[in-house]
Amino acid sequence: MTDADAAGAAETADHEHYEAVVVGAGPGGAAAAAALARQDVETLVLERGVDAGSKNVSGGLIYAEESAPYTIDGLFPDFREAASERPVDEYYIHNVAGDRVKTFDLDRVHHHDTDWCDSVLRRRMDSWLAERVHELTRETGGGLLTEVRVNGLLRENGEIVGVTCDEIDPIRADLIVAADGVNSELARDAGLMDWDDPDDWFQGVKAVVDMDPDVVNDRFDVDPDGGAAHLFSGDLFEGVRGGGFLYTNEDSLSIGTVFHLDSLTAERAEPHELLDGLLTHPLLDRWLQGEYEEREYSAKLVPDSKKVAHPSPHRGRLLLVGDAAGQMQAQGPIIKGMNHAVTAGGLAAEAFVEARTRGDASKAGELYERKLREEGVMEKLRPRRYRASRAVSENDAVNRLGSALIDSPLGAAGLRAAEGLAERAFNSPLLLGMVPDTRFSYVTVPSRIAEVLGEPIEERSYADSSDDADDEDGVRPPDLADRIGDLTYDVGDPHIELLDESYEASGAAVTACPVSAEAFGGGCYRDERIQTNGEEKRVVSLDTQPCIECGTCAVVADTEWEHPSGGKGVEFKEG
Amino acid sequence: MHTVVLTKGVPDFREGKVAFDEDGHLERGKTPTVMNPNDKIALRAALQEKVRHGGTVSLLSMGPPGYEEVLQEGMREVYADDLYLLSDREMAAADTWATSITITTGLSKLDPEPDLVVAGFKTADGETGHTGPQTTWCHHMNDALPDRSLVTHVVALDVDPEADTLRAKRLVEGDVAEIETVETDLPAFVVTDPEFDPSYHKAAHRLRYKDLREETTERAESYEEHLTTWNHEDLNLDPDFIGLDGSPTIVSGVDPIPQAPSEREATVVSPDDADEMEAVVDELAAFAGGD
Ligand SMILES: Cc1cc2nc3c(=O)[nH]c(=O)nc-3n(C[C@H](O)[C@H](O)[C@H](O)COP(=O)(O)OP(=O)(O)OC[C@H]3O[C@@H](n4cnc5c(N)ncnc54)[C@H](O)[C@@H]3O)c2cc1C
Ligand code: SF4
Repeated sequence: MTDADAAGAAETADHEHYEAVVVGAGPGGAAAAAALARQDVETLVLERGVDAGSKNVSGGLIYAEESAPYTIDGLFPDFREAASERPVDEYYIHNVAGDRVKTFDLDRVHHHDTDWCDSVLRRRMDSWLAERVHELTRETGGGLLTEVRVNGLLRENGEIVGVTCDEIDPIRADLIVAADGVNSELARDAGLMDWDDPDDWFQGVKAVVDMDPDVVNDRFDVDPDGGAAHLFSGDLFEGVRGGGFLYTNEDSLSIGTVFHLDSLTAERAEPHELLDGLLTHPLLDRWLQGEYEEREYSAKLVPDSKKVAHPSPHRGRLLLVGDAAGQMQAQGPIIKGMNHAVTAGGLAAEAFVEARTRGDASKAGELYERKLREEGVMEKLRPRRYRASRAVSENDAVNRLGSALIDSPLGAAGLRAAEGLAERAFNSPLLLGMVPDTRFSYVTVPSRIAEVLGEPIEERSYADSSDDADDEDGVRPPDLADRIGDLTYDVGDPHIELLDESYEASGAAVTACPVSAEAFGGGCYRDERIQTNGEEKRVVSLDTQPCIECGTCAVVADTEWEHPSGGKGVEFKEG
Repeated sequence: MHTVVLTKGVPDFREGKVAFDEDGHLERGKTPTVMNPNDKIALRAALQEKVRHGGTVSLLSMGPPGYEEVLQEGMREVYADDLYLLSDREMAAADTWATSITITTGLSKLDPEPDLVVAGFKTADGETGHTGPQTTWCHHMNDALPDRSLVTHVVALDVDPEADTLRAKRLVEGDVAEIETVETDLPAFVVTDPEFDPSYHKAAHRLRYKDLREETTERAESYEEHLTTWNHEDLNLDPDFIGLDGSPTIVSGVDPIPQAPSEREATVVSPDDADEMEAVVDELAAFAGGD
C-alpha cells in the first residue's frame, strides 16, 4: 500500500456511516424513510431545499389506491387532516372546440381502485411529512437535514458505497435510496437514466390562484370538505399534445397544463402562453368570474412511465424510487406520480429490511425489483397493453386514417349515436392505458367530440357578477416578468452550463423554458444574433438567475445540468 | 467543556424600532432593548463548539433586570443551557473597566470555571470593543484566576478538548486582510469577528445542531428556570470598585446622531515603540489597582 493509498483508506474509514441514506424528501423519500425508521433502520434523509417541498411542484391530486401496498395515510396516519387540502370527489373532463364544449363525468375512472383522493399543495404537504420523518428517523440515530445537496455517488473500487454532497463530507451507507425526483442526478450518475429524449417527458406548468374557501364552495358547488377536479382538452392549446387541469384547494385553485415535451418543442410553443390561454378561456370564467390573484407560478418536468419507468431501478446499494425511476403514470388524463412514489418508497424499505434479515443487504435491489413487479406496480407504470397498441397506434398512417374517419360525416354520425359509449370509453382505465401519445388522442378526438356533441360555452351575464370591476375581458394573468420577479432567489454559482450555444442545439430552450420567451430579455434563455466575420449567426445565451429548476433545458438544450447547492435557487411557497 | 458567552443589551437600532428626540438624542425609553447583534455571533461560535464537542454554554450579562429578556433572546434565537445576570443598583453606569471587573468576578464564581469565554466584537451602542480584552486583562491581574490567552477577530474556531487547546483563524486587517491561524491552550478568551461563520461538515453535527436548536427554543419559553441573578453581595464586590464609582471613564459630552462631527484628539501610539507603550501601561496601571 502506498502512502497515498493509506491516506485514502484512512479517509474513507473516517467517513460517517448510516445504514440508509435517503436522498430527497418528496413523497417517495418520505415514505422510504418512514418505512425504514419503523423497522429500526438508522436512516439519514438529505433534502436540498430550505424546507422540504420548497422545490416541488405537482398538480396535485394524491391518490390512495386500494390495490397499493403502501399509501401515504397508511405511513403517516394524520396525513389527510394535517397536510392535504380537500378531498376531491368530483371529476370532469371538458372537450373543447372553439366556443363549444362537451363535458364528460369521469367519476367512474376517478373512483376506480381509489380509496380516497385529496388535492395537495406541496410546500405544506412535504414540510409536514418532513417533520414526521425527522421525528421517526431521529429515533434511529439518523434524521432529516435540509439545505444539503447530494452531488454524486461515492464509489470505492467502482462500487457505489455512499453519496457525496456540496455542504457536508461524504457519507457511506448500506442502502442509498435516490428519491431525488425528476432529473435525478443520482440516477444519471449511476447510468440508469438519461435526459436525452424529449419524447420521454411531459412538462407541467401551474398557477396557484387565490380564492376564499366560501367562494370555492359556492362556485364549484362543493361541500367545505369536498372538492372538484376539472380537466381540459381539445383545441385550446395550439395543437400541442397535452391538456389542462383545475383542482380545488382549501382556499385556492391549482390551474395548470401538462404537455408532451417533444410536442411543445416541435411547435415552439411558449408554456406560459398556453397556461394563459387556459386561464383566460371563457370556460374558466364561470369559476373565476373576472377575479384573478395569482399566488405562484411554477413548473417541472414529469416523466412518462410508459416510456421511462426503469424495469430494474437499482445498481448495487442504490435503489431509485418515484420520479427518479420514472415511476410517474399518466393514465389518460389522470396523473399518478405521488402515489407510486410512496409505494415504491415503501417497497424499497421493505426490500432492504428483508435482505438484511437474510444476511445479505446487497440483495435489496433485486428484491425491490421483484416487489415492484409482484405488487403490480410495474404493470400500472408500463402496461403491456400500451406496449402492444403503441406499435400500431403511434404509426402515422393509422393516425391519418383515424382522423379521416372521425372528420367524415360518417364518423360524426357514429359519434352522435355513440355518445354514451364515448363517455364510457373515457371512463375505462383499460382503454386509458392504451391511449396512444398522438395528436389524434389529445387534440383531434376531444375537439371532434366537442364539435359534434358539444354545446356553446355559456357566457356569464355580467350583471350578476359579484364585482363590477372591469372584468368584462375576463382575467388578466401577470406577465412573465412579474411572475419571474416573484420567484427570483439567490441561485449561487450558475448550476447550468450551456455547452453548445448554437440555435440548432439549444434554441428550443428559448421557447420551452417556462421562464423564457422569444423576444423577451428577462428570462433564462435568450435568442441572439451575432456577427462573425461578416456572417450573422443565431445563438442563445443563458442566465440562470430566473431559473425555476424545472429541468426542461436539461433535455431540450445541450447543457451540463445540475441542481443548485443546498438552500440556493427557487423557493416555492405553494408548490 | 464549559463555554461562557458575554452579552449586553443595546438599543434596537433597526429602522422602525429606534426612536430619536428632536435633538437627535436616542430615546432609550421608547427604543426597545435587544441583544447586541455581534454577541449573537459569539454565541453561534459557542454553539458550534457544543455541537462538535458537547459541554455547556452559559450566557452571561451585566445590566439592569430588563436584561433578562436580552438573555432570553439569546437562548431562543441562538442557544444557551443557562443564563446569568449580574445585576443591582451598585453596578449601574459602569464603564468598560468597571464592567470588566464585575464580569471577571462573575466568571470566577461559575462552577465549573469556564474553559472558554467568548465575546462579540464591539457593542452596537458603545462601539468600544474594550470589554473583552479588559476582562482578559483582569484575569491576568488577579493571581487567583487562571491566565487566559486572548484571541481576537476570530473568524473560525476549533477546540480540541482532549489536548485542551484551541485553534483559531483570525482576520487581521491591515492594508490587505489576512487570515492568521493561531493555536493556544485552554482556558482562553475569544472575541469573534462579525465575519465569523460557523461550519458544520458532518451530518451528525447538523442533526445535533437541529436538536439543540429545538431544545433551546423550548427552554426559552421558561427561561426563568434557567436564570441565575447575582448582585454585588453575591459576588462579594466592594461597591466602590464597580458601577459608576468604579468607572474611570469620563464622558465629556455626547454628540447627537446623525450629525456627529468627530473632533476628538487622539494620541497615536505605535505598538512597536517600547517607550510609548510603557507610557500607556503606566497610565493604565493606576486603574488596575482600583485608584
Ligand atoms: C404540474 C404537475 C402536475 C402534477 N400532477 C400530479 C397529480 O395530480 N398527482 C400526482 O400523483 N402526481 C402529479 N405530478 C407528479 C408528481 O409531482 C411527482 O410524480 C412526484 O412529486 C414524485 O415524487 P418523488 O418523491 O419521486 O419526487 P419529488 O416530489 O420531486 O421529490 C424529490 C425531492 O428530492 C429533492 N432533491 C432533488 N435532488 C436532490 C439532491 N441532489 N440532493 C438532495 N435533495 C434533492 C428535491 O428537492 C425534492 O424535495 C405532477 C407534476 C407536475 C409537475
Ligand atoms: S433554465 Fe432550464 S431548468 Fe431553469 S427554468 Fe428554464 S428550462 Fe427550466
